[in-house]
Amino acid sequence: MTVQQIIEKFNFSPLSLPCPEREVSGGYTGDLLSWVMGRASQDNAWITIMSNINIVAVASLSDVSVVILAEGVSADSGVLETAEQKGVNIVSSELPAFEIAVRIADSV
Amino acid sequence: MSEFLNFHFDVDGENFVSAGQASVQVKKNLRELGLPPEIIRQVSIAMYEGEINMVIHAGGGVADVNVYEDRIVIILADTGPGIKDIELAMTEGYSTATDNVRSLGFGAGMGLPNMKRYTDEMTIESEVGKGTTITMCVYLK
Ligand SMILES: Nc1ncnc2c1ncn2[C@@H]1O[C@H](COP(=O)(O)OP(=O)(O)OP(=O)(O)O)[C@@H](O)[C@H]1O
Ligand SMILES: [Mg+2]
Repeated sequence: MTVQQIIEKFNFSPLSLPCPEREVSGGYTGDLLSWVMGRASQDNAWITIMSNINIVAVASLSDVSVVILAEGVSADSGVLETAEQKGVNIVSSELPAFEIAVRIADSV
Repeated sequence: MSEFLNFHFDVDGENFVSAGQASVQVKKNLRELGLPPEIIRQVSIAMYEGEINMVIHAGGGVADVNVYEDRIVIILADTGPGIKDIELAMTEGYSTATDNVRSLGFGAGMGLPNMKRYTDEMTIESEVGKGTTITMCVYLK
């Protein structure tokens, strides 16, 4: 499934969407950046409640296909602008991380 | 020594907002060179962890990435406090990060283990009160 299809299927809110056609191949959930760096795989959806600027570099360098902010967490405009520039997709959802993970797991 | 391409960066120790920029730039450069995605990912992850460590533990430093025909060498050098017990620092979960830094998502004590895991060679030279130089190597063949 692509990021765009996942957004539509689960009604996620796109916050930064420079690469909507990227493929989602699974997921990783976590808020500690070095765990994400070491354990997330390329093209994963990264589910987190962390929304500071450092998530953009982590998402870009670990090459995940989308950051999903859980629990209705939002990110400030500086973060979203940087994400657009760096080609990092960020979406948000009101659902808890576990619920998001279950849905992603069922559809990829 | 054979010919190589050098990318050099000064890593600012004050600025958490731009932390990781050198690594993001290196990723871009390696892409333009047409290197395999898996290699780029290894270098990106290892360099990011080292770059962040220089920012949060050492007040900044310098980063060099040298691309040879058969390998990529990443050298991160700082004049920070140094690492007293390198073996302990390499242990998963060991961190001296402050609460402030932890609130940003750092401080899991996984950075150095990630650097080791994603590179083919890694050496740490450190002297307390003088600084730390970490050299990592990723083979291209
Ligand atoms: N360049 C450095 N200068 C001084 N101390 C360092 C340096 N790099 C690492 N350290 C020390 O080694 C410890 C472990 O580093 P490591 O990168 O594994 O974890 P961390 O930076 O604390 O957390 P994380 O990387 O998971 O966000 C650090 O907490 C710090 O005490
Ligand atoms: Mg670290």
